[in-house]
Amino acid sequence: MTTVEKKIMSFSIVAGLVFCVPQTALAMHIMEGYLPPAFCIGWGAICLPFLAAGVITIRQLVQQHRKSILLLAMAGAFVFVISSLKIPSVTGSCSHMTGTGLGAILFGVPATSVLGLIVLVFQALLLAHGGLTTLGANTFSMAIAGPLLTWGVYQAGKKLRLPKLFNVFLAAMLGDLLTYCVTSVQLALAYPSAEGGMWSSMMEFLAVFAPTQLPLAIIEGILTMLVMMGLETYAKSELHELCCAKGGLFK
Amino acid sequence: MSRNTKIVLFSLLAVIVLALAPLFALRGAEFGGSDDAGSVKVEEVTGEEYKPWFTPVLEQIIGGELPGEVESLFFCIQTGLGVGVLAYGFGYLVARKKYGGMQEEKPSHKEEQL
Repeated sequence: MTTVEKKIMSFSIVAGLVFCVPQTALAMHIMEGYLPPAFCIGWGAICLPFLAAGVITIRQLVQQHRKSILLLAMAGAFVFVISSLKIPSVTGSCSHMTGTGLGAILFGVPATSVLGLIVLVFQALLLAHGGLTTLGANTFSMAIAGPLLTWGVYQAGKKLRLPKLFNVFLAAMLGDLLTYCVTSVQLALAYPSAEGGMWSSMMEFLAVFAPTQLPLAIIEGILTMLVMMGLETYAKSELHELCCAKGGLFK
Repeated sequence: MSRNTKIVLFSLLAVIVLALAPLFALRGAEFGGSDDAGSVKVEEVTGEEYKPWFTPVLEQIIGGELPGEVESLFFCIQTGLGVGVLAYGFGYLVARKKYGGMQEEKPSHKEEQL
């Protein structure tokens, strides 16, 4: 699994870099300085409770369930990898995925929001991708709204007894899509169009983001499913522990 | 071939096709970031040129845009870090299962509930 995985990864990295990076274009998050200050602060404020809950969750996890730290690190690493791969899409532009679905399924929304924040800070500081002023808005869309839907869909799918792998795929895919829908809403709120107001402006932004993101969302769903398969084969005891811990941690 | 192997192979194939098909289908397309498309849309919707009120910290420090090659370096570092941790984790888990004997295998039916 690892060598195959590595091969696939390096292949997609090379492909992604060769075809996307030469145009210095940045993909997908709201860019630095593109949201009015009031919105920056507002979105940041909404994120705070989730992040605080996330830090508490992770602390508990580290103290009481040491075994699951490895999985937490892997979920974080998954976000790192997935959100760095810029992939060409059907609309002729490049975008990247979020990778937060795995964390949401394994650890719930709060812990995932912290993982997502780490990646966003990394990208905002070093890559000028996203930005510090838009950090709150981007954290909300990528690390809170998306995971929230992923988590919800996954729980619902479990109740409905969907096949597990399909459930993981569906949840991760929808979470990824929602991330970019939320981005559109955020932009629309900040920039209502002159004639149609917020709704028409939202449609405009959605028209830019949604078609680009759809194939990528499918890819994200598949990749999340594959990692989940790997974990189920090789990390049974960790998943088991996590699942018992969940009773106390994530209710 | 087991069922899982089939799923894995098929999924990887689907990923590659999905990721690379646009490249061949839309020859000559620019494949810029959809961020930029978003920024252009901002100007379109508001009807005036938008000046970002804050430029990235790094760009302020180096006084200009990050060169494309350096940007790819940082992206590689990000990917590398991630793949490193993932590969370490899976390497550890796979080896544990392979060499750890049976005591690690706690057959349980609870996983289904995760």
